[in-house]
Amino acid sequence: MNKIRTSLLVAAAAATLAIPTLASAARMWMLPSETMFAGNGDEWATVDFAISSDLFYFDHPAQPFEPVLFAPDGTQAEVENKAKGRLRTTFDVHLTQKGTYKVAVLTNAVFGSYVLNGEEKRLPRGVTAETLAQAIPAGATDVKTSEMNGRVETFLTAGVPTDTVFKPTGKGLEMVPITHPNDLVSGEAATFQFLLDGKPVANLPVAVIAGGVRYSGALKEISAKTGADGKVTFTLPDSGMYWLNVTTAPPRPAPAAEGAPKGPPPPRPARIDNYVATLEVLGA
Amino acid sequence: MQIRHSLILTGVAAVSAGAASPALAETLDLTVTIPRMSVAEYHSPYVAIWLEKEGAAPRTLSVWYDIDKPKNGGTKWLRDIRLWWRASGRTLQFPADGISGATRAPGTHKLALPAGKLGNGAYTLVVEAARESGGRETVRLPVTVFGGKGSAKAAGTSELGAVALTVKP
Repeated sequence: MNKIRTSLLVAAAAATLAIPTLASAARMWMLPSETMFAGNGDEWATVDFAISSDLFYFDHPAQPFEPVLFAPDGTQAEVENKAKGRLRTTFDVHLTQKGTYKVAVLTNAVFGSYVLNGEEKRLPRGVTAETLAQAIPAGATDVKTSEMNGRVETFLTAGVPTDTVFKPTGKGLEMVPITHPNDLVSGEAATFQFLLDGKPVANLPVAVIAGGVRYSGALKEISAKTGADGKVTFTLPDSGMYWLNVTTAPPRPAPAAEGAPKGPPPPRPARIDNYVATLEVLGA
Repeated sequence: MQIRHSLILTGVAAVSAGAASPALAETLDLTVTIPRMSVAEYHSPYVAIWLEKEGAAPRTLSVWYDIDKPKNGGTKWLRDIRLWWRASGRTLQFPADGISGATRAPGTHKLALPAGKLGNGAYTLVVEAARESGGRETVRLPVTVFGGKGSAKAAGTSELGAVALTVKP
């Protein structure tokens, strides 16, 4: 029973807070209309944000979220025409500067439980690191929490690609490009470095999946791991939009055999960081 | 004359960094065929022609686009000439003297492109065409230049026809 409750709770929380991995196969992503622009000072990209099983296809309810737009000059800019439909949220980016823009959606959620008056209580939905203290009543004991941080990004370049927006914040899981994400060509190797709280993080699983899964019939997934320096290199075979995911979450345990006694659920890590980027690869 | 002069200077700086004397410059005699197509909607392709040499920055020689659109509007679609855009186009300002030109109709076009002083060595002349509501194709002509001379031929299969190059002093 405990296991069922846990998974239900996680699924519900994932649906509310748009945290992918762990609970379901749903993936969170942004899809820009295009990523490379002439740079004439007055161009527009439109971006979809959604959660889905297939990439890039709209099949889950749209989630509330706040995109943050980082401009090439190092300032934050506003997205425009933000709207939420049933299956996706959309917004526009007005590219008025030359160089590389980054759009990021950051999520944070805390799951957990505590004991009050001898009874175990779950943290309600929607608790974040900021509101955690208020969510735990005075006198609670055996407080167990698991924090999930998500970062979903995509990149747009007007004219020549620049690097200002890649300056790490030192918080959570971040990507530092060695190969610029708006300079990817099919058949050429691409290298990215991943930092956790500002430090290179080794041995994390990296998954890269091509869009169009719905029509290709095969999940063309590239699996790799970050090296000692936090770097990972892979070659994308074809042009198209790709979904990149890096996570600190432990691999999901294999399902128990039919009729086998169910053990206790594996302990949840105190913190999970998840990184997603959408990359456009052009044909050679 | 003004246009020729600035193109030669740019070219020399980009590839050979040699003496900027027009007297020593090579000319690329180029024939480019734009195939005639029977399609419902046809627009003349955007075309970029550039020269590559290992170890040197790719050098744009000619770009055909909608130069007559108001407010330089035709430049918006230059990035659809994708390989060129990445190799060289995105670093340039348009219109560019001696480089910008109007799109051309189907047929065979003869060009004489001043190329500055080309040292002996292996070069690749690249022609890329991208057509609105159509496809994109790149034709590469590897050419060895010796004593200011060289030649190469190739042909596309969809957006470009035969392309022939003669380098002459």
